[in-house]
Amino acid sequence: MSHEQDIDKHVRTYIKVFGALLVLTVVTVAVSYLHLSTGAAIALALVVATVKGSLVACYFMHLLDERKLILSVLLLTVLFFFFVLIGPWATELNPIVL
Amino acid sequence: MSATEIPYTVEARPDTGLNNVKIGIWLFLASEVMLFGALFASYIMLRVGAAEWPHGSHYLSVPWATLNTVVLISSSVSMVMAWASLIRKDFGKYRLYMGLTILAAFGFLGIKFIEYSSKFAHGYLPETNTFLAIYFTLTGLHGLHVIGGMLYNLYLWGPGAKMWKTNPQQFINRVEVSGLFWHFVDLVWIFLFPILYLL
Repeated sequence: MSHEQDIDKHVRTYIKVFGALLVLTVVTVAVSYLHLSTGAAIALALVVATVKGSLVACYFMHLLDERKLILSVLLLTVLFFFFVLIGPWATELNPIVL
Repeated sequence: MSATEIPYTVEARPDTGLNNVKIGIWLFLASEVMLFGALFASYIMLRVGAAEWPHGSHYLSVPWATLNTVVLISSSVSMVMAWASLIRKDFGKYRLYMGLTILAAFGFLGIKFIEYSSKFAHGYLPETNTFLAIYFTLTGLHGLHVIGGMLYNLYLWGPGAKMWKTNPQQFINRVEVSGLFWHFVDLVWIFLFPILYLL
């Protein structure tokens, strides 16, 4: 639990993260007007969204100073998340031809 | 502690080193990641399998969604500021920031209502095509989360705030946990916005 004296530092960080998130939102929209190829557009949009999401998780959700137990629960979740995401699609990559 | 009192709402459990509220919300959020994960996977499968896939902006309004992104990010900041105000023992500021968070949630839902109404007016329904089906499913489920988070925040702003006088630490924990849910809802939108509107 954060103490009162630490909270001023935290608040300054929240404001900076807020600014970064606003800038990255502008970047997300601006990039969509660049008429990149679909693959490049998807990759770039996901990279920016991941950076934004990480900022929210690390600073607003205080994951940077969270206990190991919670971090290990999340690590497992991320692992299963990617399995769910890629698993169904991966089954189509190597069809068994009879 | 009376026999009916739920244990470890404030003090840490010796084995986990955390109170049960914190563990509980993170396990719940882990299940939420899987729920949205399954739908994101469905989106990928539908998109990869489709002969044609429309650009999101063909059906959807990028300016409204950009505004909604800003509204939701701002509400995340005001939510964390509400929690920080309680740490500073400034209940007045807490009420202000929590009020702003709730207003932003109303704003988000209002904009979503405008967007949905405009789709319906054009005859764009979930049954129209696969893109709109997954759009309404994902944003509808996300919208339900916004409503849920907003209702609990309303409770914490109003009647639930009485706990600040009787058990301030437990109240701070409740606000923190509600914040964790709210930031998660923000995080999901951060991915939904480019995936549905901009690609």
